[in-house]
Amino acid sequence: MGVLARADAEAITARLAEAPALPRHARLRGPETGLVMARGRQGGDGAPFNLGEMTVTRCSVRLADGLVGHAYVAGRDTRQAELAAVLDAALQDPSRRPALLSAVIEPLAAAQAARATREAAKAAATRVEFFTMATMR
Amino acid sequence: MSGLTPGFADPVPAAQACFRALLEAMARPGRVHRLAGLPEAPAPLAPAAAAMLLTLADAETPLWTDAGPVAEEWLRFHAGCPLVAEPGAASFLLAACGMPELAALEAGTEEEPHRSATLVLQVAGLERGAGWRLTGPGIETEHLLEVEGLPRGFLAAWAANGARFPRGVDLVLCTGDRLAALPRTTRIEEAG
Repeated sequence: MGVLARADAEAITARLAEAPALPRHARLRGPETGLVMARGRQGGDGAPFNLGEMTVTRCSVRLADGLVGHAYVAGRDTRQAELAAVLDAALQDPSRRPALLSAVIEPLAAAQAARATREAAKAAATRVEFFTMATMR
Repeated sequence: MSGLTPGFADPVPAAQACFRALLEAMARPGRVHRLAGLPEAPAPLAPAAAAMLLTLADAETPLWTDAGPVAEEWLRFHAGCPLVAEPGAASFLLAACGMPELAALEAGTEEEPHRSATLVLQVAGLERGAGWRLTGPGIETEHLLEVEGLPRGFLAAWAANGARFPRGVDLVLCTGDRLAALPRTTRIEEAG
């Protein structure tokens, strides 16, 4: 689910083109956009506080065979929320799960991991070693 | 697997239209209104009753219902309302298979009579006809209403509910896609 929430609609559609066709679905709720309050805890274990509201799009669908899928994604991309909900429902079906995992989820996860590594490498190039600076003086 | 079915096709305009219909129904007690654009509600919910709850109930209004687990799941998903086991603790009640005691429901207080419960009651038949003669605020002279499928002793319970004014419970009668409201001020006599 995290992989689908981080992927955009174009990336999911592109991967789905190579996967077995998804069954038809009916929308139970949404896709609709709203605000949720993001809460945090200072230091990870302090008293909870309201960090701020974030825009979230949610969708719930039911496939023709009765499986229900839900998705909440950050932002206003209704197509992404609907695709993620359909995939959430289809991935619950053991006969579809392996094909979808290898055609959609794993390539998306690999692309996201590669991007994260690339960004981490770019950030590491400008890292300042405060300890080193202290000893250089 | 789940029996969940969709709620309103277009939630905002449909809920607004239902709310308008309920306002009209409450303003003219006993007049039968027909609703359009109703949701596909799971049995035993009548579409009009289901639409009323989607319009009225939310996370702050505890709901009591006797309509069974499928209907409860549907209402919890679409309306997001908490369900309670005790009729007296509910703000809205949906009675599909019988009727809870009116005297046991939340009737508000003398200072805050609007805190009372609203009972949505599914009945077998509802039309303009010679069963009851209604009088009271919102009715110029009298209004005739024929209701089928109410328990015996309803009229006595309703008279006792009206006698507590300003406290008391309001009632919405639903069948199929039709509804009629009986606010606590309406007096009912057997016609004929």
